[in-house]
Amino acid sequence: MTAPNHSWRNFKNAFMQTLTFVCAILVIIPLLLVFYHLITQGFTSINWAFFTQLPKPVGEAGGGMGNAIVGTFILLAQAAVIGVPVGVLGGVFLSEYGGTKLNWWIRFAADILNGVPSITWGIVVWGLLVVPMHGFSALAGGVVLGLMMIPLVMRTTEEVLQLVPGGYREAALALGISKWKTIVQIVIRTALKGIVTGVLLALARVAGETAPLMFTALGNENWAHKLTEPIAAMPLQIFEYAKSPYDDWHRQAWAGALVLLLLVLSINIGVRFLTRDRFQQKV
Amino acid sequence: MATDPNNSAAALTVRNLSVFFGKNAAVKNVSIDITAKAVTAIIGPSGCGKSTFLRALNRMHELNPDARMEGQIHLFGDDIYSRTVESVAVRRRIGMVFQKSNPFPTMSIFENVTVGLRLNGLRDRKILAERTEQSLRMAALWDEVKDRLNAAAISLSGGQQQRLCIARALAVQPEVLLMDEPASALDPLATAKIEDLIVSLKKDYTIVIVTHNMQQAARASDFTAFFYLGELVEFGPTTKIFTSPAQKRTEDYVTGRFG
Repeated sequence: MTAPNHSWRNFKNAFMQTLTFVCAILVIIPLLLVFYHLITQGFTSINWAFFTQLPKPVGEAGGGMGNAIVGTFILLAQAAVIGVPVGVLGGVFLSEYGGTKLNWWIRFAADILNGVPSITWGIVVWGLLVVPMHGFSALAGGVVLGLMMIPLVMRTTEEVLQLVPGGYREAALALGISKWKTIVQIVIRTALKGIVTGVLLALARVAGETAPLMFTALGNENWAHKLTEPIAAMPLQIFEYAKSPYDDWHRQAWAGALVLLLLVLSINIGVRFLTRDRFQQKV
Repeated sequence: MATDPNNSAAALTVRNLSVFFGKNAAVKNVSIDITAKAVTAIIGPSGCGKSTFLRALNRMHELNPDARMEGQIHLFGDDIYSRTVESVAVRRRIGMVFQKSNPFPTMSIFENVTVGLRLNGLRDRKILAERTEQSLRMAALWDEVKDRLNAAAISLSGGQQQRLCIARALAVQPEVLLMDEPASALDPLATAKIEDLIVSLKKDYTIVIVTHNMQQAARASDFTAFFYLGELVEFGPTTKIFTSPAQKRTEDYVTGRFG
């Protein structure tokens, strides 16, 4: 053998490095494209009325999707009430309690649920709630989004709890602190940032769901006054507007999509700020 | 004398203790009296069961679902494995310090020291402050941290973090302190501080320390137990174990011929 061919090796090295860099950039490009499009197409239609007024009929200028914005918040609040406690406590069980075999099955079921097409969730809740209650409702919309959140929140909670070193659990138990208090005050507190992030990602994920709401919340041209009435939601409204043949409505759809994206983004940024480490600057 | 059941100076009396993981016995039929207000060192090669033995003393081995024990352990006459005794209650009386320092990262120095008290319901700020100073002084850390009790515990150096963990264990006022290689991850200076601390603590506490460091056992302990392959080979005053051991295996180990 002669001396190894360094130039060929260096070339492969540089090539692979460039390739990974290009792929990393490819992740960002769609985000930038989406932003660019939404801002150029939707920004001009955003004004005070957009946030406060009801949709106007075709041909009438102005109007907004205030009812859909409020509707999305109501749906997300209901989803959080269902999805967060069940998901977080389920994640705590998977991480801190339970037997290997049982947990394997629960995890398996949660992963399958995470892969169920969202329209299937819509049909299931339509059968479970809409049909027996003889009508579409905000309640059914909240339930479907909440059910979708449970497996998402459960798995992310479990994963971040597993990242908490076992030494902290042992240290707490060795102080004579009960297991439940150890979990709540030590383990969950240490992993809180990750749990909150998981909850928000789940909320952001269901905030944009459209298909399951078509079978449950249905949409509403007006303000909803009761949880038993159909309710408007931003994705539904965007869908209605986008499939219409009218330019006015297209513009409203762009604006709605922009607001929805900004909502999801601001949830993320806001909570990252709130959960920043108390001691971060000193680590 | 090692197994005299009427030894009134014994804090812990261990009788025929065996600990199993599944089918494997990690500790085999060990009987030993741990003298109160003295330092007992547990030495032996890796895998000899000394850590398992230590963890059985405050039921920490129960965290492993495969672990199972036989035998009796009494703490000042109380059966710590009695059906009516909860592990939580045992651990309040028998504290533990681990090899790797593990202050809670979300908590300040003050919060770390008082966590055992606060999570067991103590709210009185005055008592908490008193106990903090007292524990940190005993752990020889007070002078270094008294001006920054609200700083992050993880801002301390490795040696300080370990002394903080000792202060945290002392704050709940246990009767016995178990230490599992408490200085093995520290530099020589920090190790020396921990050793001084151990010697000063025996005035008030019964201490059992697992160590890989022969010099540490010789310097800091009053009694030494040599474990090998899960069995207690020899137990006696440290000076005797290190100068005139009765067993050939003990002599070989403490003189560095194996292990």
